[in-house]
Amino acid sequence: MKKQCMVLLVENNAGVLARISSLFVQRGFNIDSLTVSPTEIESVSRITIETTGDLKTINQIIKQTAKLNESKLVFSVEPEFSLIREILLVKFASDNKNADALAKIIADYGARIIDNTGGCFVVELSDTPHRIDDFLDEVKGLELVEMCRSGAIAMERGSVSYDI
Amino acid sequence: MILNGSEILANVLIEEGVDTVFGYPGGAVLNIYDALYKYSDKITHYMTAHEQGASHAADGYARSTGKTGVVIATSGPGATNLVTGIATAYMDSVPMVAITGNVSTPLIGCDSFQEVYITGITMPITKHNFVVRKVEDLADTLRDAFRIAASGRPGPVLVDIPKDITAAKTTYFPKPKDNTPLRTDKVVGNLEEIAELINRAERPFIYFGGGVRLSEASDELRELILKADIPAAYTLMAAGVLGYGERNNLGLMGMHGNYSANCAANRADVMIAIGTRFSDRVALNTQKFGHNAKIVHIDIDSAEINKNITADYTIIGDVKAVLRKMLPSIKETKHDAWIEKIEEWKKDDYIPEDSDECLKPHFVIETACKAAGKDAIFVTDVGQHQMWAAQFIHHTKPRNFLTSGGLGTMGYGYGAAIGAKVANPDVPVIHFTSDGSFHMNMNELCTAVSYKIPVITVILNNAVLGMVRQWQAVFYGRRFASSEPERVTNYAKVAEGFGGVGYRCTTPAEFEEAMAKAMKAEGPVWIECVIDREEKVLPMIPAGGTVHDTIFK
Repeated sequence: MKKQCMVLLVENNAGVLARISSLFVQRGFNIDSLTVSPTEIESVSRITIETTGDLKTINQIIKQTAKLNESKLVFSVEPEFSLIREILLVKFASDNKNADALAKIIADYGARIIDNTGGCFVVELSDTPHRIDDFLDEVKGLELVEMCRSGAIAMERGSVSYDI
Repeated sequence: MILNGSEILANVLIEEGVDTVFGYPGGAVLNIYDALYKYSDKITHYMTAHEQGASHAADGYARSTGKTGVVIATSGPGATNLVTGIATAYMDSVPMVAITGNVSTPLIGCDSFQEVYITGITMPITKHNFVVRKVEDLADTLRDAFRIAASGRPGPVLVDIPKDITAAKTTYFPKPKDNTPLRTDKVVGNLEEIAELINRAERPFIYFGGGVRLSEASDELRELILKADIPAAYTLMAAGVLGYGERNNLGLMGMHGNYSANCAANRADVMIAIGTRFSDRVALNTQKFGHNAKIVHIDIDSAEINKNITADYTIIGDVKAVLRKMLPSIKETKHDAWIEKIEEWKKDDYIPEDSDECLKPHFVIETACKAAGKDAIFVTDVGQHQMWAAQFIHHTKPRNFLTSGGLGTMGYGYGAAIGAKVANPDVPVIHFTSDGSFHMNMNELCTAVSYKIPVITVILNNAVLGMVRQWQAVFYGRRFASSEPERVTNYAKVAEGFGGVGYRCTTPAEFEEAMAKAMKAEGPVWIECVIDREEKVLPMIPAGGTVHDTIFK
C-alpha cells in the first residue's frame, strides 16, 4: 500500500466534485484528503487528492479520473519533486500547564500563534503532511482542546510542465 | 432565428441526423412534445408502454445501426425509469442520448412534484451528463452530448432540461453536424515488438470483444486471423463479428463458451486480447486465465489496461487503426500443429441431444434462425435462453445480435427488438426470451401493436427462472428458492388481449409451423415454446474456475 498525492485539473462546473467523489466511492478508492481550489485559469479548478492503495489501484484511480469528461489533466505528485502542504490549526487553553514545552515545540516547528482570545490561543502550522503528523504527536498530550487540519495542496517544483 | 428551448432541441436533433426518437410524455416535457408535434415530419417519435422500454428501444436502435439512440422522458419517475436502460447501455458501450425534463429552475431543490436529481442518480452510469441552466447553452450542450456519446469508447449521455428552459426563447444558430472522425488513428504501443511476438508465437490465440464491433474492424480482424493463421474466439459482445463457420473462428468463449475455445485460451503461448476487458464471465479466474501466454491487450480505453488482469504488452488505440498499422508487420504463416490440437479438443465440445417429440432449446434457436434467414437481427433477454441464443445462432453479421452483456438486464429484449425493427424495417427481427425475462417487460407488446412493428418473440418457457435454478441445482443442492414461480400465464391469450397474435408449441413440428406463420405476419407475434425445466446451459465453467473445472452435464 502506498500513499499517493495526485492533482486533477478539472472544468470549473457545478457537480464536478460530486462526479469525482462518486467515482471514488463507486470503485472503492480511498480518499485520505481532498482539496478544491481555483487556479490561474478561471474556468479550471484544481483538486488535490491524497489516496492510499497498491500500485495497480493508484494507476486505476488516475486513469478512471482522467477519463471523466470534465478532467483536463490528472497527474500524480511525488514529494521529492514537489511541494505538498497542509494547514493545521490547534487550540490550547491559555492557562496550559505545559506552556514552556509547548512554546519550544511551536518554535521548533516554525508554527505561530495567530489568536489569543477568550482564554484560549490558536496555533497555526503550514507544513508537509508528515511534519504536521509529527507536530501533532508532540502536542497531543499537552492539553490540546480543539484541532482541525486542511487537506493537502500540492505543486511541482520548477517550470509548469502542462499546457491546458 | 428566435426559438424556444424545445424547438432548439428539435432542431439540434435534426442537425445531428436524428429522425427517430423513443420516449414517453409527461408534465415536464410538455413543451418538448409540443415541438416534436411541430417537427413530426422530420422526427418520428415512438411512444412505449414504459420509459424503460423506450430506453432499451433507443439502445436496440443504436446497436443495430451504429447510430446514436435517443430517448426522452419526463422528470421524476420518467427519468428514474430510464436508469436500467442507461446502465445497460453504459456497460455495453452503446451510444445513447437520454433527454429528461425536470421541474422549472425555481422549483429545483424544493422536493417539487416529480422532481428528482437525475444527474446525480445517473453519474456512475453515464459517460457524462449535463443539466442545462440557460437556454443559450442548450444547443451546444446537446451537440456536445451527441459528440461524447458516439466518440472514443461510446456510451450514454444524459441531458436534463428544466421545464422553464424548454419554454425560454433565444436565438438559435444552426450548425452543421461535427463530422470530425469519432476515433483518431493514434496508437500508443510498440507495434513492431508485438508483431514480432505474434510472428514468433507457436500457439497464438485471439480473444476478441465488442470493441471490434464498435470499431467496425471485422475485415482487419479476419485478415490478421487468416494471414497469421491464428484461431480466435469471441465474447458475448462480439458474436457476429466473424461469420459462423469461418476459418479459425472458434466461437464463443467464457463461462458458457466452447470447451475447445477455452482450452485454446488456456494453452496459448501468445494471447492477443482485442477490444475486450477481461470480464469475470470470460477471465473467470484472473490468476489462471491465459497463464501459459504472454498477454497482449489492445483497447481504446486506457483505463481497461491492467484493470482486471495485468497484460505483458499493451496497445491503446482504436482497434481498426491498431490492426491496420500492425498488419504489414505480421508474417504470413501456418500453425498446423496448434490448429490440429484445437481440432482434437473440438471432439470434446458439448453437443446437445436432439428429440423428435419435445422441444429442445437448440432446436428452437436453430429453427428460428433458419426461418429468419441470414440477414435477421436476433435480440435476447437475459438468462439461459440468452446463452443458448449466443451458442446456437449461426451469427453472420456484427450488428445482428443484440444482448445485454455487461449488465445482464432481464427485460432488455422486447424494447431493444422494437428499436431494432424500427431501424431496420426490411429485416426480420427475432426476439428470444424466456418466461422469467418476458414477464418483466412484455407490456411493450402494446407498442409493437400500435405501430404495427412485426417483431417475432420466441419464448422459451421452462416455467422457472432457468439460470437461477441451474445454479441452485449445481451449487445449492437443488434448493430452488424463489425460482419456480408456478405461473400459469397463457401467452397466446395475453398476446391476443394486447391485439397481437400468439401461438403455443410443444413439438418441433408445431414450432416450425408457427415460425413460418410468424414470418408472414404484419404485426407482432409471440411463440411460446414449452421446454423442460431440467434443460441446462452447457458447458459451464463455475465462477472463479478454469477450463479444467468445465461442467458437461
